[in-house]
Amino acid sequence: MKSGKLGAWLAVAVGVAYFLAPLIATFEFSLRMRRGEYSFDAYRVVFASGAFQASFLYSTVLAVVTIFVGILIVVPTAYWVQLRLPRLRGIVEFITLLPLVIPAIVLVFGYIKLYGSSSILPLTATSLGADALLMFGYVGLGLPYMYRSVETALRSIDVRTLTEAAESQGAGIFTILFRIILPNIRSGILSGAFLTFAIVIGEFTFASLLDRPAFGPYLQLIGASRAYEPSALAIMAFALTWACMGLIQLFGGGPRTFTGKR
Amino acid sequence: MSFLNLTGIQKAYGPNKVVKDFDLSVERGEFVTFLGPSGCGKTTTLRMIAGFETPTEGSIRINDKDVTHLRANRRAIGMVFQAYALFPNMTVAQNIGFGLKVAGKPAAELQARVEEMLAMIKLPQLADRYPYQLSGGQQQRVSLARALAPSPQILLLDEPLSALDARIRVSLREEIRALQRKLGITTIFVTHDQEEALSMSDRIVVMNDGAIEQVGSPSEIYNEPSTRFVASFVGTLNLIDGKIVDASVGAVDIDGQRATTRRKLNGAKPGDVLAMALRPEALRLGAGSDDRNTLAGVIEDVAFLGAVVRVRVRLERAAIIVDTFNSGANDLPTRGASVAVNFGRDDLIPLHAH
Repeated sequence: MKSGKLGAWLAVAVGVAYFLAPLIATFEFSLRMRRGEYSFDAYRVVFASGAFQASFLYSTVLAVVTIFVGILIVVPTAYWVQLRLPRLRGIVEFITLLPLVIPAIVLVFGYIKLYGSSSILPLTATSLGADALLMFGYVGLGLPYMYRSVETALRSIDVRTLTEAAESQGAGIFTILFRIILPNIRSGILSGAFLTFAIVIGEFTFASLLDRPAFGPYLQLIGASRAYEPSALAIMAFALTWACMGLIQLFGGGPRTFTGKR
Repeated sequence: MSFLNLTGIQKAYGPNKVVKDFDLSVERGEFVTFLGPSGCGKTTTLRMIAGFETPTEGSIRINDKDVTHLRANRRAIGMVFQAYALFPNMTVAQNIGFGLKVAGKPAAELQARVEEMLAMIKLPQLADRYPYQLSGGQQQRVSLARALAPSPQILLLDEPLSALDARIRVSLREEIRALQRKLGITTIFVTHDQEEALSMSDRIVVMNDGAIEQVGSPSEIYNEPSTRFVASFVGTLNLIDGKIVDASVGAVDIDGQRATTRRKLNGAKPGDVLAMALRPEALRLGAGSDDRNTLAGVIEDVAFLGAVVRVRVRLERAAIIVDTFNSGANDLPTRGASVAVNFGRDDLIPLHAH
């Protein structure tokens, strides 16, 4: 046993060192802004920056709207596929995976071509239009994660029987969806939402090419012109992503079932 | 006009017909059971009444209104599912009040009805519990209360006892029947358990391969099965071949021995071979009086089942099972011993091919 267990611990130690060493180095560097001593000056500078606040707020609002629209599109689709069109599951899954295989740069050029100022629907011609276009682009980017999370949650409950039980009580489709299905797949929706948030908050390609004042382009700008602040921002971005992952763990325990507690 | 009428119901999935020529009238307040093996179409028929499936042909009328194409949520039908189907995100009280809330009932009325239902199922202390905190039997009681709370026209029970253990199954079936009698609600119950069907129903509809085999009271179904399938599906049964000797007096030949039935032989001719049913509990060991049939055989096996001693007697080719009550005093019959078996002339039931 001993040698096997030692090998396993060694593998874990190597893995942890591989991932943590650069992170610790980055964190350590972000504390060196003041000469001769460690400080949080780089963080203070970043937080005090108006551009940071504006871009972070912009991306946060955009992420929230993206999540909301994503839920509105994904939940009814996944529900309907599960309930009435199970034969389409493969096709729908394939479609939802497309954003993973088509590079973001290709997608955004497609958007610009389709919705450019000389097109029938010139969304890029106005600020609000470009914001909407960015949001829909992000819904697409988050689709693989949101769909998978929701679909897994739907599979863990007996969608058909719950739907029929609610129908026999006189409920219509909206009541069923919002009062029965949504609360019971809350964990899946939250998982999808946090993943989407983590993607949107640092996304660069879409925001940059659509010329939107998002957090991703701000990170790139700071990275190109400052020394310590980019390290501070990198650590903050990690912390934010970890927070999202932690929240997924917190809420992602699955729905309460007939057989046991969450 | 009956309260619930199913006329010429057919249901097909592609070329596969799962319900065929289903005609049934159910009176108001009646408790009717659909009984049959898995895949016989009983649940599909129930789901058509509920509105979850649409018949390929035929019509469904409830209280003289055609509901064949009416959506499930407009039919005012209460349904209890095998898997309970309580809403996991709601408490017991919220589950029971769900239908009333959907119907827009005032809060005070809703609260009063929920309390009434909780008292009815004898679980008032569990109002604030969630489904996962309840046992299977408690969940099914709540499911029943939820189905009854909006005062539906018809109560549909889709194998509601199948997921429960034997002891709770028996007590809950008695409770369901008592409630149904008290409320006088028209009820359709689906089961594959003949004991449940026999003990609970006003009438039983025995189904096989998508079609009705026989409709009748529990005693009719048990004592006068009209087909070989019904006879074999309901209760333990001896199925033997009887060769017609003289149809006018009901004389038949069973493995070279003469027997007589008082039941009609439906135009059978001498030499015809008919399947005949004999209930094990109708048979007695020993020679019978002159007005009874007596067959001779050899005891092949004896099984002590507690209240009943089950004896298998070999005639010649056929073997018949005889159930005798355990009197406590008698010694068990001996294997290999010659024995006479007697039964009444009404007990030999000729079956129709279906």
